[in-house]
Amino acid sequence: MNKLKGNIKLLQGNEACVEGAILAGVRFFAGYPITPSSEIAEGMARRLPRLGGKFVQMEDEIASMAAVIGASVVGLKSLTATSGPGMCLKQENLGFAITNEIPCVVVNAQRGGPSTGLPTKPSQGDMMQARWGTHGDHPIIALAPSTVNEILTLTIKAFNFSEKYRIPVILLLDEVIAHMREKVEIPAPEDVEIVNRKKPTIPPEEYLPFKPDEDGIPPMANFGEGYRYHITGLIHNYKGLPTSNSQEIDAFIRRLHNKIQKNIKDILIYEEYLLEDADTALIAYGSVVRAAERTVKLARKEGLKVGLLKLLTIWPFCFEEVNRLAQQVDLIIVPEMNLGQIVLEVERAAQGKCRVVPYGRVDGELINPIEILGKVQEEKNNEDCN
Amino acid sequence: MKERVEICLSGSGGQGLILAGIVLAEAAGIYDEKEAVQTQSYGPEARGGASRSEVVISNDTIDYPKVIKSDILLALTQTACDKYVKNLNKDGILVTDSTLVTEVPTISNKIYLFPIAETAQKKFGTKLVTNIISLGIIVGLTGVVSQEAIQKAVGSKVPVKAKEVNRKALLLGFDIAKDLKAKKQESK
Repeated sequence: MNKLKGNIKLLQGNEACVEGAILAGVRFFAGYPITPSSEIAEGMARRLPRLGGKFVQMEDEIASMAAVIGASVVGLKSLTATSGPGMCLKQENLGFAITNEIPCVVVNAQRGGPSTGLPTKPSQGDMMQARWGTHGDHPIIALAPSTVNEILTLTIKAFNFSEKYRIPVILLLDEVIAHMREKVEIPAPEDVEIVNRKKPTIPPEEYLPFKPDEDGIPPMANFGEGYRYHITGLIHNYKGLPTSNSQEIDAFIRRLHNKIQKNIKDILIYEEYLLEDADTALIAYGSVVRAAERTVKLARKEGLKVGLLKLLTIWPFCFEEVNRLAQQVDLIIVPEMNLGQIVLEVERAAQGKCRVVPYGRVDGELINPIEILGKVQEEKNNEDCN
Repeated sequence: MKERVEICLSGSGGQGLILAGIVLAEAAGIYDEKEAVQTQSYGPEARGGASRSEVVISNDTIDYPKVIKSDILLALTQTACDKYVKNLNKDGILVTDSTLVTEVPTISNKIYLFPIAETAQKKFGTKLVTNIISLGIIVGLTGVVSQEAIQKAVGSKVPVKAKEVNRKALLLGFDIAKDLKAKKQESK
């Protein structure tokens, strides 16, 4: 890992998210505070008014998501932050943002569930909710940092992807990294790459709000700046008006998916650690990465050839990369704080080319490196017996 | 210093253990320029309930952020002491409050007992500084961070109006550590 330099601070994960959001250019936050994400709302409430931005504590999670959509449509980069119970309530409006291609970022600092569950304890139980929580056949982008520094950089990335591809991006934290404090490098604003949504270059009378350019992404005018505009939850044509024309419907749904799939190389972020000679791979994300890194070191000391694939982009899933890895190794273990969610995608991607084994922990505690090592040894022994 | 030092500060909600962890991590990470990670575990209650703050300090990048086996354990309730002493490294040290923890575990480790909360009340008229006196004791006993670093960190992390009392509390902790060390030497 790289050593940090420059402006170093000891920050909490949620505070790093605030720093990232401000650097990304966020000027609107609407939310309903919930553990373990509340410090994001607190931080935005402190910071935004001084920057001429707006912070609104809304009456509930549904309204928070709606307000974020509204603010984005008039041109502000908008953020909301929540945890599982709030994420459930946001799903309807999240779908509205997807179908209307409205850039925004939703942070889900995961805690134990279902329902109000475990407010102060970590979980990775919302991985599939991030993918399929809102109904309809839709794409989504979801990112999962594993260090406090990555929370800052991936918050910026989340906004960049969201603006570039006109799609809501979910930033998946968990209680451990949301509340964890460690050193963070706060970059100078001029060193941060910022992507802003594409605006129309044609006069208002020629503007069709949902007519895509060649890249599949329509330029986005701000509501109220003179461009005629209509948005609806119904499947719509180029004008943004409801359509029941099957050709238009088909083209619309396929375009929503294609704008993500065609750019998957740009969107996928992952890191490989000691995989070159590995015969066993761990695949991890979020705070569990930190345990898995230690497991790899411990395993190497015992002469076991174990490596790690660290996922930073969760959705879309890195199907090809995992498929390639499955051809190289004999065994993939997927430790996660649920009873098997991302392991299902790994199995799908591995296509039977190697053994894929889940390792789940759901007692509200972070998986530790020793237990993952135990699982590696157990599975290796099973191989030897067969 | 060991490659990786793991510190567990345990007790109940309201004792200021999470702030103590933040101050310690700030001292190590920012003022001593080492790597430091602080995590916490607490219940949904505002006060009471088990609370624990964990700090890992290292010269290298820290992977796993939580305590695996603690090298330094502070226990400010009997429950915390009973629970976390099992996870103490064989050459780790235990610091407890002698009035809050009455049943001292029978272990071979070095144990340092002191009526920390009572002293806070007597000297400063408030138990609120128990956490900072405890930090002073820990740093005085172990040198896990430098005394300069912890002084700066206390200065930067406690509320302005409480700065002076916390500064004094920290210095008192250093003095208590000296006495405790001297007593250990005598008893040998």
